[in-house]
Amino acid sequence: MTDLGLARAAARASGAADQDYLRVDNLSKVYATRDGPVRALDQVSLKARRGEFLTILGPSGCGKSTLLMIASGLIPASSGVVFVEGQVVDKPRTDIGIVFQSAVLLEWRTALGNVMLQAEAKKLDHAVAERRARELLASVGLAGFEDKYPHELSGGMRQRVSICRALVHNPRQLLMDEPFGALDALTRDQLVLDLQKLWNETRMTVLFITHSVAEAVFLSDRVVVMTPRPGKIDRVIDIDLPRPRTLAMRETQRFADYNREILDLFLARGVLREH
Amino acid sequence: MADESRALTIEDVEASVQQSLARRESRARRSAIFYPIVVLAAVLAVWEAGTRAFGVPAFLLPPPSVIAQSLAAHWSLVLQYSWATSLEILLGYSLSIVVGVPLALAIFLWPPFARSIYPLLVSSQAMPKVAVAPLFIVWFGFGLVPKVLIAFMIAFFPIVIDTAVGLGSIEPEKIYLARSMGFGATATFFKIRLPNALPSIFGGLKIAITLAVVGAVVGEFVGGDKGLGYLLMVANGSMDTPLLFAGLVGLTVLGVGFYLLIEVAESLAVPRHIRGSHGAARESM
Repeated sequence: MTDLGLARAAARASGAADQDYLRVDNLSKVYATRDGPVRALDQVSLKARRGEFLTILGPSGCGKSTLLMIASGLIPASSGVVFVEGQVVDKPRTDIGIVFQSAVLLEWRTALGNVMLQAEAKKLDHAVAERRARELLASVGLAGFEDKYPHELSGGMRQRVSICRALVHNPRQLLMDEPFGALDALTRDQLVLDLQKLWNETRMTVLFITHSVAEAVFLSDRVVVMTPRPGKIDRVIDIDLPRPRTLAMRETQRFADYNREILDLFLARGVLREH
Repeated sequence: MADESRALTIEDVEASVQQSLARRESRARRSAIFYPIVVLAAVLAVWEAGTRAFGVPAFLLPPPSVIAQSLAAHWSLVLQYSWATSLEILLGYSLSIVVGVPLALAIFLWPPFARSIYPLLVSSQAMPKVAVAPLFIVWFGFGLVPKVLIAFMIAFFPIVIDTAVGLGSIEPEKIYLARSMGFGATATFFKIRLPNALPSIFGGLKIAITLAVVGAVVGEFVGGDKGLGYLLMVANGSMDTPLLFAGLVGLTVLGVGFYLLIEVAESLAVPRHIRGSHGAARESM
């Protein structure tokens, strides 16, 4: 906790000079297990600008989900600090939207009811929130499905509902933990396009976790590539591609170069092997 | 047929597929009512014919018609005793809910309590409750109280276990989600955890109601002066087997009736598509 005290003092000292929306400072997370400690994150530091689409890319088990959970205040760090707008994160942040790998819908609520759960938690005006929820659902192609229950929806539709739930209260930041990892390739492509559209409209700060290189390059302003376990930051890559990005752009040389750069990193670290 | 059929439009195919689905479903609905009735009638017919053909004495196995006559002859008594037994069942069952659900809540909310109470709970179940019945007669006499307590003792265990397990079994993401949305502990419980546990809780409630019937009857066996269990004892003592069967019919009707009542309550509280999805709860006891 001395760590935290120092960090607080530092934050006070720097005052409003902190221009970054999110700052992760020397974050480490070690899980105690019967077989000994497991290092999930090893002194990770990074910054996210306001309105930036930042992606953490890495192999399974590199601690990227842990990073997201700590950044959202849902689990504590073992050491190091996360700042949001200069404030230390030490409890769950409720001004954000979270999307997990599974949709995590309540089975007894309709699609609309699930989105409205967020509004109920925030005690938003019901009528206003419901209008916004319906708009959001319509904008991701779920008009007409508002009153369907999760079991009546496909996996892609469920994840869309989950994204709407994360956005209905106009969050300061959207955190997504491999949100499209469980979907088929075509549905993934569509949801990536949907997400880009939503982001273009709102320009909110997004922290996106994925292990898909193409997804990372397509969506991001910057990609943070992680090493395999324990998770350290390997390289931060600026993706300088015009927006909005199109599917055709994936065939361009620049897109391929970014892909290549990341794949080379993975090859060098032994994440991938070409035999 | 095949060669002269023109290519059907997709709309025609749709219509015919939907029609055949509707036909299949209505057939299934009808047979769900019809088949059990046919089977029951067949069993009764074979029973009736068999006992008559082989001249089975009525004190061993009376034919259904004789049971029906006995039931008709003792109608008001059976009805009166059914009410007495129902009261014991309902009181015992209510008590097991009133005690069981808060106990499960305490087990869920307070792990040290869970660790200290679980061994006691499990050993209380290992002890045959029928054996406790005479003790209850000594303590509480021959009235309503011992029957209610025995019904309660047998019924409350599955309610406690299934409620505790239901409350505990939830995807961690749902709890993370609730916290990040800003729900407090109380709201998380009522909006997410409790509805999530309902299928499991109703699983326990349904098992408990059948056990409450057993408990009430056991209580009446040991020391009763009314009720269907008492009727069985009396009929048995006087070798009036048709009356004994009449009592069994009454108990069966009671048991099925109460069970259906709980199912109706479940259908009101839990949407059909998530019912029973928590069946795994049973294995963890």
